Amino acid sequence: MWDYTPIVKDHFLNPRNVGDIPDADAIGEVGSLACGDALKLYLKLDENKDKIVDAKFQTFGCASAIASSSALTEMVKGKTLDEALAVSNQDIADFLGGLPEEKMHCSVMGQEALEVAIFKYRGMEMPQHDSEHDHGPAYPDYEGEIVCKCFGITDAFLKKVIETNSLTTAEQVTNFTKAGGACGGCIPKIKDLIAQVLGEATAKPRVRPEKLSNMKKMQLIQEVLERDIRPLLWADGGDLELIDIDGSNVQVAFRKACAGCASSGNTARMVEAKLRDLVAEDIVVEEVSQ
Amino acid sequence: MKEVYLDNNATTKVDEAVFEEMRPYFCELYGNPSSMHFFGGQVQSKVNEARVRVADLLGAAPDEIIFTACGTESDNAAIRSALEVFPDRKHIITSRVEHPAVLTQCRNLRQKGYRVTEIGVDGAGRLDMEELKASVDDDTAIVSLMWANNETGVIFPVEEAAAIAHAKGAFFHSDAVQAIGKIPINMANSSIDMLSLSGHKLHAPKGIGVLYLRRGTPFRPFLVGGHQEKSRRAGTENAAAIIALGKACQLAAQHMEDENTVVKAMRDRLQDALMTAIPYARINGGGTERLPNTTSIAFEFVEGEAILLHLSEFGICASSGSACTSGSLEPSHVLRAMGVPFTCAHGSIRFSLSRYTTDEEIDIVIREMPPIIALLRKMSPFGREHLKAQA
Repeated sequence: MWDYTPIVKDHFLNPRNVGDIPDADAIGEVGSLACGDALKLYLKLDENKDKIVDAKFQTFGCASAIASSSALTEMVKGKTLDEALAVSNQDIADFLGGLPEEKMHCSVMGQEALEVAIFKYRGMEMPQHDSEHDHGPAYPDYEGEIVCKCFGITDAFLKKVIETNSLTTAEQVTNFTKAGGACGGCIPKIKDLIAQVLGEATAKPRVRPEKLSNMKKMQLIQEVLERDIRPLLWADGGDLELIDIDGSNVQVAFRKACAGCASSGNTARMVEAKLRDLVAEDIVVEEVSQ
Repeated sequence: MKEVYLDNNATTKVDEAVFEEMRPYFCELYGNPSSMHFFGGQVQSKVNEARVRVADLLGAAPDEIIFTACGTESDNAAIRSALEVFPDRKHIITSRVEHPAVLTQCRNLRQKGYRVTEIGVDGAGRLDMEELKASVDDDTAIVSLMWANNETGVIFPVEEAAAIAHAKGAFFHSDAVQAIGKIPINMANSSIDMLSLSGHKLHAPKGIGVLYLRRGTPFRPFLVGGHQEKSRRAGTENAAAIIALGKACQLAAQHMEDENTVVKAMRDRLQDALMTAIPYARINGGGTERLPNTTSIAFEFVEGEAILLHLSEFGICASSGSACTSGSLEPSHVLRAMGVPFTCAHGSIRFSLSRYTTDEEIDIVIREMPPIIALLRKMSPFGREHLKAQA
C-alpha cells in the first residue's frame, strides 16, 4: 500500500473543484486512457482576463492523480496567469505534504495541464488530442521525437522535466514522467537526454574569447567551473572548490569522492583541458590540499 | 473497522485449527527432525504425517511430496531441474499469463540463450492449444503452464497440455498454486510430472510450499547441502509450517465441496449483482471455466487504485489489475495478453473469496461498490457521452 500523507488522502476522498466549467476561458488536457491517467483542467478568468477566479478538473487516475488535480485547482484560484505559470510540480507535491517518489508523475501531470491551458489561452496553436481512442502522445503540446513509445512521451517534454526538477537518473525520470516504466526500451535514450541536459545547461559559452582582461578571465574561469565542470564531478559523487586565481594559475581543491581519489591528478588535467578550451590557452590548474 | 477480506488469491487467513496444530512446534517440540534422539524423532513422525496429508489431497504418494519454502521456489526448482536433466534441449514453453515466478525465470533464461515460447490466450483467457501443439518440438525441455490463473481464475486444460508435451518427450510442470484446495486434483489419474503448491493460499502460513514430483521423474535439486527431502531439497525442514500445511490440506479436502457450492454461490451472487448495478463493466474471463472463488471485473473509464482505496475506506480488501497499485506503470500482463481494451484494463478489480467469506461481506460490497464507481466516473473526463446516453 502506498504511504500517502493525510493531505493526499483528504484531497482524494474529498476532492475540491470536481467538474467542468461550460464557459471556461482556458482548458488544458493531458494524459490518456491508455496511459492510465489523464487530467482535464478548466480555468475561468476575471473581467480583465488576468486572474483565475475559478478552476475545476476531471481526472482519470489513481489516488495521487486525483489529489494532485484537486490541490492544483485550490492552488491556482486567485492567482494571475503569470503567477499560476510559476507553480511547479514540486509546489503541488509540497502542497500535499509530499508524494511517494514513484507517484511524482501525478504532480507533473497537474503542472502540465496548467501550462497547456494557459499557453493555449494565450494563443499558441496546439494540436487536438483525441485521447479516448488512440495511444498518442501523453503531452501532445511538447512536440518532438517520441522517446518512450509505451507512454508516448517526447524528448522535448523529458528534457523540460529533467531540467526543472534537476533529475540525474533514469529511475527518477520514470517516477516523474512514467517514461521508461513499461518495456524499459528507452532507458538508454533517457540517460542520453539526462547527459544532454547536464551538458546543455553549460554548453552556451562554447567559443573561447580572443582576448580577455584579467577581470573577465577570472569571471569566465568561475563560470566554466560552475557550469561545465562541477556537474560532471557531481555525477561521480565528487566536487571541487576554487581556492585562488593568480593570472593564469588556477588553484582548486577536490572535495567529496574526488578528495584523496587516486585519479584526482587526471581530474585536474581534465579541468585544465576544459578551462584551456573555454577560457584561455595558457591556463595551468594546480591541485592544492586546502 | 472490521475487514471484508476478498483478497484470498493474494493470501489467506491461517485456519485456527491449522495454527493449533503447529503451535507446539516452536517453543516445546522444537527438535530437528533429522536428529537421532527421541526429541527430534517425534517431530519427524509429525512431518511424515503431514507429508501423507498433503499427498492425500493431491492423490499422490508421500514420497512424491518435496517441501519447499514457497510456490516460487517450487516453480524455479521444476524448470531448472528439467534443463539440467536435458542439457541438450534448449527450448522452454510457458504462457503469456503465467505468474512472475515462472515468467521472470523463463525470461532470464532467454537472456542466457534458451529459446522461450510464450503461448498466447484468447479474449476469454483460454490457452491457444493449436499454438502449443505447433510449438513443442524435440528441443523442448519443459512445458510449464499454470493450472488456474491468479488474476482471472481461468482454468487451463493442463492434462491435455501435458499429453502434448510428453508426445515430444518434454517434461510438463504446472503452477497449481491457485487451484489446489479450490478444485479437485488427482495426480493418480494424471500424467503431469511436476506441480507447485503454496501453503498460504489454502489457510496454512506463509513460507511453506510443495513441489510434487512424480515417481520415476529424473530430478536435479535446486538447493544442495543436507540430505533432507531425500536430497531433493536440502535445508533444515520448516517443521512447524510443514505440520501446519498437512493440517491445512486435510481441511481443504473436507471443505472442497463447499468451495464449489457455497463459495461459488457467493461469488456468483457478487458478480451478478455488480454487473446488474454497474453499466460498462465486463467480467475478465467470464464464460470460461474458472475457479469457484475468483472474479475479475473490469470497470470502464475509472482507475483501479482509486477504486481500491475507496473500497478500503469501507474495510473492503480486494486487488486490481491496475498499474498504479503495483509500482509498475503498465496494467497487468494477464489482462493485456487477453486483449482487454485499455479503456478498462486500468479499472479491473479482482475479488477472491474463501470458505471464511460470509454473505454479510458480499452484501457490503454489493452495497458500497456501485456508488464508488459512479463517484469516480463522475470525476473522470472519459466515457461521459456513453454514461449520459445510458442515463
